[in-house]
Amino acid sequence: MCTVCGCGDSKIEGHGHSHSHGHGHGHDHDHSHGHDHDHHHDHGHGDDKDIHFGMGLAGVHVPGLSQSRIVQIEQDILGHNNDFAGRNRAWMESHGVFALNLVSSPGSGKTTLLCRTAEMLKHRFPLAVIEGDQQTSFDADRIRATGIPALQVNTGKGCHLDAHMVETAIARLPVPDDSVLFIENVGNLVCPAAFDLGEAYKVAILSVTEGEDKPLKYPDMFHAAGMMILNKTDLLPHLDFDVERCISYARRVNPDIVVIQLSARTGEGFDQWLAWIVEGQRRAVAGKTR
Amino acid sequence: MHEMSLTEGVIRILEDQAATHGFTKVKTVWLEIGELSTVVPESMEFCFDAVARGNPLTEGARLEIIRVPGTAWCMDCSADIKVTSRVDLCPLCDGAKITVTGGEEMRIKELEVE
Repeated sequence: MCTVCGCGDSKIEGHGHSHSHGHGHGHDHDHSHGHDHDHHHDHGHGDDKDIHFGMGLAGVHVPGLSQSRIVQIEQDILGHNNDFAGRNRAWMESHGVFALNLVSSPGSGKTTLLCRTAEMLKHRFPLAVIEGDQQTSFDADRIRATGIPALQVNTGKGCHLDAHMVETAIARLPVPDDSVLFIENVGNLVCPAAFDLGEAYKVAILSVTEGEDKPLKYPDMFHAAGMMILNKTDLLPHLDFDVERCISYARRVNPDIVVIQLSARTGEGFDQWLAWIVEGQRRAVAGKTR
Repeated sequence: MHEMSLTEGVIRILEDQAATHGFTKVKTVWLEIGELSTVVPESMEFCFDAVARGNPLTEGARLEIIRVPGTAWCMDCSADIKVTSRVDLCPLCDGAKITVTGGEEMRIKELEVE
Protein backbone atom coordinates (compact mmCIF):
# COMPACT_ATOMS: atom_id res chain seq x y z
CA MET A 1 0.00 0.00 0.00
CA CYS A 2 2.56 2.53 1.05
CA THR A 3 4.92 3.18 -1.79
CA VAL A 4 7.18 5.63 -0.09
CA CYS A 5 8.02 4.29 3.28
CA GLY A 6 6.36 0.92 3.14
CA CYS A 7 4.57 1.16 6.44
CA GLY A 8 2.23 -1.71 6.93
CA ASP A 9 4.80 -3.81 5.17
CA SER A 10 6.83 -4.60 8.24
CA LYS A 11 7.49 -8.11 9.28
CA ILE A 12 9.11 -9.91 12.10
CA GLU A 13 11.89 -12.14 10.94
CA GLY A 14 10.73 -15.60 10.12
CA HIS A 15 7.10 -14.61 10.29
CA GLY A 16 6.37 -13.02 7.01
CA HIS A 17 2.75 -12.28 6.64
CA SER A 18 1.21 -10.82 3.62
CA HIS A 19 -1.13 -7.91 3.79
CA SER A 20 -3.71 -7.93 1.12
CA HIS A 21 -5.06 -4.45 0.91
CA GLY A 22 -7.69 -5.33 -1.57
CA HIS A 23 -10.13 -2.60 -2.18
CA GLY A 24 -12.58 -2.46 -4.97
CA HIS A 25 -12.43 0.55 -7.14
CA GLY A 26 -15.77 -0.10 -8.65
CA HIS A 27 -17.76 2.68 -7.07
CA ASP A 28 -19.09 5.46 -9.10
CA HIS A 29 -17.79 8.60 -7.70
CA ASP A 30 -19.37 11.86 -8.42
CA HIS A 31 -18.72 14.75 -6.16
CA SER A 32 -18.95 18.41 -6.70
CA HIS A 33 -16.61 20.72 -4.95
CA GLY A 34 -18.76 23.72 -5.47
CA HIS A 35 -19.89 24.27 -1.93
CA ASP A 36 -19.04 27.40 -0.05
CA HIS A 37 -17.36 26.60 3.12
CA ASP A 38 -17.75 29.12 5.85
CA HIS A 39 -15.67 27.89 8.63
CA HIS A 40 -17.29 29.70 11.49
CA HIS A 41 -18.67 27.67 14.31
CA ASP A 42 -18.37 27.78 18.04
CA HIS A 43 -15.41 25.93 19.40
CA GLY A 44 -15.97 24.20 22.66
CA HIS A 45 -12.57 22.68 23.13
CA GLY A 46 -12.48 20.37 26.07
CA ASP A 47 -10.46 17.23 26.58
CA ASP A 48 -8.50 15.79 23.70
CA LYS A 49 -11.04 13.05 23.31
CA ASP A 50 -14.00 15.37 23.24
CA ILE A 51 -16.15 15.04 20.24
CA HIS A 52 -18.31 17.92 19.18
CA PHE A 53 -20.72 17.50 16.40
CA GLY A 54 -21.34 20.87 14.94
CA MET A 55 -24.55 21.78 13.31
CA GLY A 56 -24.88 20.95 9.65
CA LEU A 57 -23.40 23.68 7.56
CA ALA A 58 -26.70 24.26 5.88
CA GLY A 59 -28.38 24.53 9.24
CA VAL A 60 -31.38 22.52 8.18
CA HIS A 61 -31.73 19.34 6.30
CA VAL A 62 -32.93 19.86 2.77
CA PRO A 63 -33.90 16.72 0.90
CA GLY A 64 -31.68 16.22 -2.10
CA LEU A 65 -28.92 18.45 -0.85
CA SER A 66 -25.93 17.11 0.94
CA GLN A 67 -25.86 17.81 4.59
CA SER A 68 -22.28 18.38 5.59
CA ARG A 69 -21.35 18.77 9.16
CA ILE A 70 -18.23 19.64 11.06
CA VAL A 71 -16.79 17.17 13.51
CA GLN A 72 -14.17 18.50 15.88
CA ILE A 73 -11.96 15.69 16.97
CA GLU A 74 -8.74 17.34 18.18
CA GLN A 75 -6.73 14.15 17.97
CA ASP A 76 -3.01 13.81 17.88
CA ILE A 77 -1.91 12.26 14.60
CA LEU A 78 0.51 10.10 16.52
CA GLY A 79 -2.19 9.13 19.00
CA HIS A 80 -2.42 5.56 17.78
CA ASN A 81 1.33 5.03 18.06
CA ASN A 82 1.35 6.78 21.43
CA ASP A 83 -1.36 4.44 22.74
CA PHE A 84 0.83 1.45 21.91
CA ALA A 85 3.87 3.20 23.36
CA GLY A 86 1.97 3.87 26.58
CA ARG A 87 1.04 0.21 26.83
CA ASN A 88 4.63 -0.85 26.20
CA ARG A 89 5.86 1.58 28.85
CA ALA A 90 3.32 0.34 31.40
CA TRP A 91 4.30 -3.25 30.65
CA MET A 92 8.00 -2.48 31.10
CA GLU A 93 7.36 -0.61 34.33
CA SER A 94 5.39 -3.52 35.74
CA HIS A 95 8.12 -5.99 34.79
CA GLY A 96 11.13 -3.93 35.88
CA VAL A 97 12.45 -3.69 32.32
CA PHE A 98 14.82 -0.83 31.48
CA ALA A 99 14.40 -0.11 27.77
CA LEU A 100 16.66 2.02 25.60
CA ASN A 101 15.85 3.12 22.07
CA LEU A 102 19.15 3.48 20.20
CA VAL A 103 18.97 5.93 17.30
CA SER A 104 21.65 7.12 14.90
CA SER A 105 22.69 7.46 11.30
CA PRO A 106 23.60 4.25 9.50
CA GLY A 107 27.17 3.27 10.27
CA SER A 108 27.60 5.03 13.60
CA GLY A 109 28.53 1.78 15.28
CA LYS A 110 25.29 0.91 17.07
CA THR A 111 25.60 -2.82 16.63
CA THR A 112 29.28 -2.92 17.61
CA LEU A 113 28.38 -0.87 20.68
CA LEU A 114 25.59 -3.30 21.51
CA CYS A 115 27.73 -6.39 21.06
CA ARG A 116 30.41 -5.07 23.41
CA THR A 117 27.80 -3.89 25.90
CA ALA A 118 26.12 -7.29 25.82
CA GLU A 119 29.40 -9.09 26.43
CA MET A 120 30.16 -6.91 29.44
CA LEU A 121 26.70 -6.98 31.04
CA LYS A 122 25.31 -10.41 30.23
CA HIS A 123 26.41 -11.94 33.51
CA ARG A 124 24.89 -9.15 35.62
CA PHE A 125 21.25 -9.20 34.52
CA PRO A 126 19.16 -10.52 31.65
CA LEU A 127 19.42 -8.67 28.34
CA ALA A 128 17.32 -8.68 25.19
CA VAL A 129 17.69 -6.90 21.88
CA ILE A 130 15.22 -5.83 19.22
CA GLU A 131 16.99 -5.04 15.95
CA GLY A 132 15.28 -2.76 13.47
CA ASP A 133 16.47 -2.68 9.88
CA GLN A 134 14.81 -2.40 6.52
CA GLN A 135 16.16 -5.76 5.42
CA THR A 136 18.37 -8.68 6.52
CA SER A 137 18.91 -10.27 9.91
CA PHE A 138 22.66 -9.55 9.92
CA ASP A 139 22.50 -7.39 13.03
CA ALA A 140 20.39 -9.81 15.05
CA ASP A 141 22.80 -12.58 14.02
CA ARG A 142 25.72 -10.53 15.38
CA ILE A 143 23.91 -9.97 18.67
CA ARG A 144 22.88 -13.62 19.00
CA ALA A 145 26.53 -14.59 18.55
CA THR A 146 27.16 -12.97 21.96
CA GLY A 147 24.57 -15.30 23.53
CA ILE A 148 21.89 -12.65 23.95
CA PRO A 149 18.35 -13.23 22.64
CA ALA A 150 17.74 -10.92 19.71
CA LEU A 151 14.84 -10.49 17.34
CA GLN A 152 15.12 -8.84 13.98
CA VAL A 153 12.25 -6.62 12.89
CA ASN A 154 12.42 -5.76 9.21
CA THR A 155 10.48 -2.66 8.38
CA GLY A 156 10.46 -3.30 4.64
CA LYS A 157 10.78 0.15 3.18
CA GLY A 158 9.80 1.73 6.50
CA CYS A 159 12.14 4.32 7.91
CA HIS A 160 11.53 3.76 11.62
CA LEU A 161 10.26 1.30 14.20
CA ASP A 162 6.85 2.07 15.65
CA ALA A 163 5.38 1.12 19.00
CA HIS A 164 3.17 -1.60 17.59
CA MET A 165 6.18 -3.40 16.05
CA VAL A 166 7.90 -3.21 19.43
CA GLU A 167 4.87 -4.61 21.25
CA THR A 168 4.80 -7.56 18.86
CA ALA A 169 8.53 -8.09 19.24
CA ILE A 170 8.38 -7.99 23.05
CA ALA A 171 5.75 -10.70 23.03
CA ARG A 172 7.80 -12.84 20.70
CA LEU A 173 11.30 -12.49 22.21
CA PRO A 174 10.39 -12.87 25.17
CA VAL A 175 11.74 -10.10 27.43
CA PRO A 176 12.49 -11.39 30.96
CA ASP A 177 11.59 -9.48 34.12
CA ASP A 178 14.27 -7.14 35.49
CA SER A 179 16.10 -7.10 32.17
CA VAL A 180 17.61 -4.39 30.01
CA LEU A 181 15.99 -4.18 26.58
CA PHE A 182 17.95 -2.52 23.80
CA ILE A 183 15.91 -1.47 20.80
CA GLU A 184 18.19 -0.68 17.89
CA ASN A 185 16.16 1.56 15.63
CA VAL A 186 16.53 1.84 11.86
CA GLY A 187 19.62 3.92 11.03
CA ASN A 188 18.02 7.30 10.42
CA LEU A 189 18.37 10.56 12.32
CA VAL A 190 15.00 11.94 11.18
CA CYS A 191 11.93 9.73 11.43
CA PRO A 192 12.57 7.73 14.62
CA ALA A 193 12.55 11.02 16.57
CA ALA A 194 8.78 11.26 16.21
CA PHE A 195 7.88 7.73 17.27
CA ASP A 196 7.76 6.91 20.96
CA LEU A 197 8.27 3.17 21.44
CA GLY A 198 7.68 3.11 25.18
CA GLU A 199 11.37 3.29 26.02
CA ALA A 200 12.84 4.89 29.13
CA TYR A 201 15.32 6.90 27.03
CA LYS A 202 16.30 7.51 23.48
CA VAL A 203 20.07 7.26 23.13
CA ALA A 204 21.46 9.08 20.08
CA ILE A 205 24.76 7.69 18.87
CA LEU A 206 26.98 9.98 16.86
CA SER A 207 30.32 8.79 15.62
CA VAL A 208 33.15 11.28 15.43
CA THR A 209 33.66 10.46 11.76
CA GLU A 210 30.33 12.07 10.95
CA GLY A 211 30.80 15.76 11.60
CA GLU A 212 30.22 17.78 14.74
CA ASP A 213 27.29 19.77 13.39
CA LYS A 214 24.82 16.88 13.29
CA PRO A 215 22.97 18.01 16.44
CA LEU A 216 22.10 21.24 14.62
CA LYS A 217 21.33 19.51 11.33
CA TYR A 218 18.99 16.99 12.98
CA PRO A 219 17.74 18.92 16.03
CA ASP A 220 14.55 16.91 16.50
CA MET A 221 16.48 13.76 17.23
CA PHE A 222 18.93 15.34 19.67
CA HIS A 223 16.04 17.15 21.31
CA ALA A 224 14.18 13.87 21.82
CA ALA A 225 17.21 11.96 23.10
CA GLY A 226 18.11 11.74 26.77
CA MET A 227 21.70 10.82 25.98
CA MET A 228 24.22 11.38 23.23
CA ILE A 229 27.04 8.89 22.81
CA LEU A 230 30.06 10.09 20.90
CA ASN A 231 31.39 6.87 19.45
CA LYS A 232 34.68 5.94 17.74
CA THR A 233 36.69 8.29 19.94
CA ASP A 234 39.77 6.15 19.23
CA LEU A 235 39.79 7.82 15.80
CA LEU A 236 39.87 11.38 17.17
CA PRO A 237 43.65 11.83 16.69
CA HIS A 238 43.13 11.33 12.96
CA LEU A 239 40.19 13.72 12.58
CA ASP A 240 39.36 17.41 12.87
CA PHE A 241 36.26 16.66 14.91
CA ASP A 242 35.77 19.33 17.60
CA VAL A 243 34.28 17.44 20.56
CA GLU A 244 33.50 20.53 22.63
CA ARG A 245 31.74 22.23 19.76
CA CYS A 246 29.67 19.13 19.08
CA ILE A 247 28.60 18.93 22.73
CA SER A 248 27.71 22.63 22.78
CA TYR A 249 25.55 22.14 19.67
CA ALA A 250 23.78 19.21 21.31
CA ARG A 251 23.16 21.23 24.48
CA ARG A 252 21.76 24.05 22.38
CA VAL A 253 18.91 21.82 21.18
CA ASN A 254 18.67 19.92 24.45
CA PRO A 255 20.23 21.54 27.56
CA ASP A 256 19.65 18.38 29.63
CA ILE A 257 21.27 15.85 27.31
CA VAL A 258 23.78 13.51 28.96
CA VAL A 259 26.95 13.04 26.90
CA ILE A 260 29.24 10.02 27.04
CA GLN A 261 32.37 9.64 24.91
CA LEU A 262 33.51 6.13 24.13
CA SER A 263 34.96 3.76 21.60
CA ALA A 264 32.97 0.60 21.03
CA ARG A 265 36.04 -0.88 19.31
CA THR A 266 38.63 -0.35 22.09
CA GLY A 267 36.28 -0.13 25.08
CA GLU A 268 37.63 3.27 26.09
CA GLY A 269 34.97 5.22 28.01
CA PHE A 270 32.78 2.17 28.55
CA ASP A 271 32.80 2.36 32.36
CA GLN A 272 30.58 5.42 32.37
CA TRP A 273 28.15 3.94 29.84
CA LEU A 274 27.87 0.64 31.70
CA ALA A 275 27.45 2.41 35.04
CA TRP A 276 24.61 4.45 33.56
CA ILE A 277 22.84 1.31 32.34
CA VAL A 278 23.37 -0.49 35.66
CA GLU A 279 21.86 2.47 37.50
CA GLY A 280 18.90 2.61 35.10
CA GLN A 281 18.27 -1.09 35.51
CA ARG A 282 18.47 -0.81 39.30
CA ARG A 283 15.89 1.99 39.28
CA ALA A 284 13.60 0.10 36.93
CA VAL A 285 13.63 -2.91 39.21
CA ALA A 286 13.21 -0.79 42.35
CA GLY A 287 10.30 1.07 40.79
CA LYS A 288 8.52 -2.01 39.55
CA THR A 289 4.83 -1.22 39.68
CA ARG A 290 3.56 -4.70 40.16
CA MET B 1 9.99 10.64 5.15
CA HIS B 2 7.67 9.41 7.84
CA GLU B 3 4.82 11.52 6.50
CA MET B 4 3.41 8.44 4.80
CA SER B 5 2.95 6.56 8.04
CA LEU B 6 1.64 9.70 9.72
CA THR B 7 -0.87 10.07 6.91
CA GLU B 8 -1.92 6.46 7.31
CA GLY B 9 -2.41 7.29 10.98
CA VAL B 10 -4.72 10.12 9.97
CA ILE B 11 -6.78 7.80 7.77
CA ARG B 12 -7.00 5.29 10.60
CA ILE B 13 -8.32 7.95 12.95
CA LEU B 14 -10.87 8.97 10.31
CA GLU B 15 -12.01 5.36 9.97
CA ASP B 16 -12.38 5.06 13.74
CA GLN B 17 -14.35 8.28 13.89
CA ALA B 18 -16.56 7.24 10.99
CA ALA B 19 -17.44 3.99 12.73
CA THR B 20 -18.12 5.73 16.04
CA HIS B 21 -20.04 8.69 14.77
CA GLY B 22 -21.77 7.35 11.73
CA PHE B 23 -20.50 9.29 8.76
CA THR B 24 -19.56 7.71 5.48
CA LYS B 25 -17.72 10.45 3.65
CA VAL B 26 -14.98 12.83 4.69
CA LYS B 27 -14.94 15.98 2.59
CA THR B 28 -12.31 18.07 4.34
CA VAL B 29 -9.69 17.38 6.98
CA TRP B 30 -8.10 20.24 8.90
CA LEU B 31 -4.70 19.43 10.35
CA GLU B 32 -2.77 21.61 12.73
CA ILE B 33 0.92 21.23 11.96
CA GLY B 34 3.38 23.18 14.05
CA GLU B 35 6.38 24.81 12.42
CA LEU B 36 8.62 22.95 14.85
CA SER B 37 6.99 19.56 14.34
CA THR B 38 8.76 16.88 12.34
CA VAL B 39 6.34 17.17 9.44
CA VAL B 40 6.82 18.77 6.05
CA PRO B 41 3.34 19.98 5.00
CA GLU B 42 4.00 19.50 1.29
CA SER B 43 4.95 15.84 1.91
CA MET B 44 1.84 15.40 4.00
CA GLU B 45 -0.32 16.73 1.15
CA PHE B 46 1.40 14.46 -1.34
CA CYS B 47 0.95 11.44 0.89
CA PHE B 48 -2.64 12.30 1.72
CA ASP B 49 -3.57 12.34 -1.94
CA ALA B 50 -1.99 8.94 -2.40
CA VAL B 51 -3.50 7.33 0.68
CA ALA B 52 -6.98 8.89 0.45
CA ARG B 53 -7.45 7.65 -3.08
CA GLY B 54 -9.14 4.28 -3.31
CA ASN B 55 -10.68 4.53 0.14
CA PRO B 56 -14.44 5.17 -0.15
CA LEU B 57 -14.37 7.16 3.07
CA THR B 58 -11.68 9.59 1.97
CA GLU B 59 -11.66 9.50 -1.83
CA GLY B 60 -11.64 13.08 -3.05
CA ALA B 61 -11.23 14.55 0.42
CA ARG B 62 -9.46 17.87 0.73
CA LEU B 63 -6.60 18.39 3.16
CA GLU B 64 -6.26 21.79 4.78
CA ILE B 65 -3.13 22.37 6.80
CA ILE B 66 -3.16 25.05 9.46
CA ARG B 67 0.40 26.07 10.27
CA VAL B 68 1.00 26.84 13.91
CA PRO B 69 3.91 29.24 14.40
CA GLY B 70 6.80 28.30 16.63
CA THR B 71 6.93 30.18 19.92
CA ALA B 72 9.36 30.06 22.78
CA TRP B 73 10.20 31.66 26.11
CA CYS B 74 13.55 33.36 26.57
CA MET B 75 14.70 32.96 30.15
CA ASP B 76 17.16 35.81 30.01
CA CYS B 77 14.68 38.30 28.51
CA SER B 78 11.65 36.87 30.35
CA ALA B 79 9.79 37.29 27.10
CA ASP B 80 7.74 35.30 24.61
CA ILE B 81 9.54 35.12 21.29
CA LYS B 82 8.92 33.68 17.86
CA VAL B 83 11.16 30.90 16.58
CA THR B 84 11.25 29.02 13.31
CA SER B 85 13.45 26.11 14.39
CA ARG B 86 14.77 24.45 17.51
CA VAL B 87 18.18 25.95 17.02
CA ASP B 88 17.06 29.58 16.76
CA LEU B 89 18.60 32.08 19.12
CA CYS B 90 16.53 34.71 20.90
CA PRO B 91 15.90 37.59 18.47
CA LEU B 92 16.10 40.04 21.38
CA CYS B 93 19.34 39.01 23.07
CA ASP B 94 20.91 36.41 20.74
CA GLY B 95 20.91 34.01 23.68
CA ALA B 96 20.24 30.28 23.54
CA LYS B 97 18.39 29.91 26.85
CA ILE B 98 15.03 29.42 25.27
CA THR B 99 12.27 26.89 25.82
CA VAL B 100 9.86 26.04 23.05
CA THR B 101 6.28 26.74 24.11
CA GLY B 102 4.34 26.17 20.89
CA GLY B 103 4.58 24.96 17.34
CA GLU B 104 5.09 21.25 17.96
CA GLU B 105 1.48 20.30 17.15
CA MET B 106 0.54 17.44 14.85
CA ARG B 107 -3.19 17.19 15.31
CA ILE B 108 -6.35 16.52 13.39
CA LYS B 109 -8.40 19.53 14.37
CA GLU B 110 -11.70 18.89 12.69
CA LEU B 111 -13.48 17.28 9.81
CA GLU B 112 -16.19 18.16 7.36
CA VAL B 113 -18.18 15.01 6.87
CA GLU B 114 -21.48 13.75 5.56
